[in-house]
Amino acid sequence: MSDETNTPVLEVSDLHVSVGGKEILKGLNLTVGAGETHAIMGRNGSGKSTLSAAIMGNPRYEITSGTIVYGGQDIAELAVHERARAGVFLSFQYPVALPGVSVVNFLRQAVRAVRGDDVPIKAFRPLVKENLKILDIPQTFMTRYVNDGFSGGEKKRLEMLQMLMLQPTLAILDETDSGLDIDALKVVSTAINGLRSEKRAQLVITHYQRILQYVTPDHVHVLLDGQIVKSGGPDLAHELEKHGYEWLEKDAA
Amino acid sequence: MSDTTVDRPKGAAGTAGLGDDYDTKYGFHDDESAYDFKSKKGVDHEVVEMISRYKKEPDWMREVRHNALDVFLSKPMPTWGSTELLNSIDFENIHYYVRASERQAQDWDDVPESVKNTFEKLGIPEAERKFLAGVTAQYESEVVYHSLREDLEKLGVIFTDMDTGLREYEDVVREHFTSVIPAEDNKFAALNTAVWSGGSFVYVPKGVEVAIPLQAYFRINTENMGQFERTLIIADEGSKVHYIEGCTAPTYSSDSLHSAVVELIARPGSTIRYTTIQNWSKNVYNLVTKRAIAEAGSRVEWIDGNLGSKLTMKYPAVYLVGEGAHAEILSVAFSSSDQHQDAGSKVIHAAPRTTSVITSKSISKDGGRGTYRGLVKVHEGAEGSKVNVKCDALLLDDRSRSDTYPTMEVDDEAVSIEHEATVSKVGEEQLYYLMSRGLDQDAATTLIVNGFIEPFTKELPMEYAVELNRLIQLEMEGAIG
Repeated sequence: MSDETNTPVLEVSDLHVSVGGKEILKGLNLTVGAGETHAIMGRNGSGKSTLSAAIMGNPRYEITSGTIVYGGQDIAELAVHERARAGVFLSFQYPVALPGVSVVNFLRQAVRAVRGDDVPIKAFRPLVKENLKILDIPQTFMTRYVNDGFSGGEKKRLEMLQMLMLQPTLAILDETDSGLDIDALKVVSTAINGLRSEKRAQLVITHYQRILQYVTPDHVHVLLDGQIVKSGGPDLAHELEKHGYEWLEKDAA
Repeated sequence: MSDTTVDRPKGAAGTAGLGDDYDTKYGFHDDESAYDFKSKKGVDHEVVEMISRYKKEPDWMREVRHNALDVFLSKPMPTWGSTELLNSIDFENIHYYVRASERQAQDWDDVPESVKNTFEKLGIPEAERKFLAGVTAQYESEVVYHSLREDLEKLGVIFTDMDTGLREYEDVVREHFTSVIPAEDNKFAALNTAVWSGGSFVYVPKGVEVAIPLQAYFRINTENMGQFERTLIIADEGSKVHYIEGCTAPTYSSDSLHSAVVELIARPGSTIRYTTIQNWSKNVYNLVTKRAIAEAGSRVEWIDGNLGSKLTMKYPAVYLVGEGAHAEILSVAFSSSDQHQDAGSKVIHAAPRTTSVITSKSISKDGGRGTYRGLVKVHEGAEGSKVNVKCDALLLDDRSRSDTYPTMEVDDEAVSIEHEATVSKVGEEQLYYLMSRGLDQDAATTLIVNGFIEPFTKELPMEYAVELNRLIQLEMEGAIG
């Protein structure tokens, strides 16, 4: 990463991404500075999840042109785990189950991988405990198998637990709010807000503005058919809530 | 068990140095020039006679051996399993009896230096000090060391090598030897009965519970060696015992044969758990017959892990002959390149309200082949019996292969049968998820594989579970991508 404080955490330029030969992102531009929280809003199928997958490096998504620059470095050639080690974190919309792999083992391995060295159990345990408390997760969670038989809310809490343990520079939250009741939403929002700092950045991807009542974004962007068609401040989210996405579609057409 | 790496101390017995590969950790071999005795290659009545006389056995045992040899010579090779590999075994090119040392030691210091070094490299005496109730170590054909904790000896527990068992408890051995697995059972059981040497003899008296495991460790050193240990375990009424065996061999260019026979007798209300971690080098044919008789209210558990060998054919069996007896067979087979693990289980329900749970996990990679072969038979009159079979296969690439041959023969209607089989591949989504948390592809795959066999590892004593996880990690390194 560059030492210059004004280097954006993330700079996406003219990004085109295809899945299975079909172009989903069609020239997307986005700059996220350090200390900022951006919300990406859009309907299903607009390309929100494709954007998060492209930044994380999911091999199923092909970047046909454009660049993703993270911390001043083009990350096109970096493997998924290298991006994670560089400080990129994706909270999955649909996290997969890992039967037989306990949460505690999984967390330990992830922390070790991302930090590059082992964390002594003495330091690891209190850290887990503290984060469990923030997320209102019982201790019994730790010996369960990762996402195996988890409810939707439990899965999202586990994603947040991982985020708090890994302390990413760039956190992408892909519809972390979907399917959560109000209490869970508050807990998740607390976790996200707790991680905000002048060095970190966050990309909150959502369908609804509900989560934005708890996590106030610095910038809001509307994604439509693979492009950002409108950007603004927090007010834009309220406007979308009132008018829906249709008025933007008309504008774009 | 998958959280071993988190909570459990490192450097436990038998795990040191597992970061090395098989060749440096297990694949070394010792100089044989000081060996006490090595039979000529090939097997005939002369060799059988020689083994029996050498061991100063009673006449009845000598006759058992000769009769078994006739059975072996007259029986054709099995026409199932890996017939191609079976037919490539050159029985004339094998030493059937090899003795490195003249006598058996009860004090570790008395074990010959070279043999001692071998077992020390494998962590055997260290393991004994730390977590075992008793140990036998078999080197080539003979047990070179054995010990049993004094308190257990005082309770009447017998744990010795089979040859000593025959000398000191001849009546008991005569009554039970071949009572569970007769020589006629199959070609390899016949061969073992003819040339057997070593193995364990265990007797646990009524009501005695051996709380910590007894262990046997088997080591082949000579090239073209045949190891034919014979084990007999009798758990008397209401007793409880856990027996563990581990095995390794050097990596040679030509093949060795390991053909054991293990007979278990579980008297009413007793529990026997028999755990195997088979890690032979990839030039060993591992053709083993294991069977238990389970009487009323008893419980027999086979915990069977197969990682090594060129070909393994092994189907631990339980004959449930008493009401309410229970069989538990939990196995893992890991097949890599040039390996075929043809493993499975066999349960015979021959009494009412008997129950069995069979769980098989197979992992194949780099063109390895895993086969599950199982038989469950429920006889008429075994009403109220319950059977649960679950076979899961995990394929790590497209070149590898997995087959399942479950056979069910049910002659009673009042029983409950559950059967489930799955074949899956390591999912791209799982890999992506783990890699997004910083794990590289090897580490991610290892974690998925260790998760897959977690139902197995959680049944192992801690030291073995750690060792197994690391062996798998070793197998996975550089495996993919």
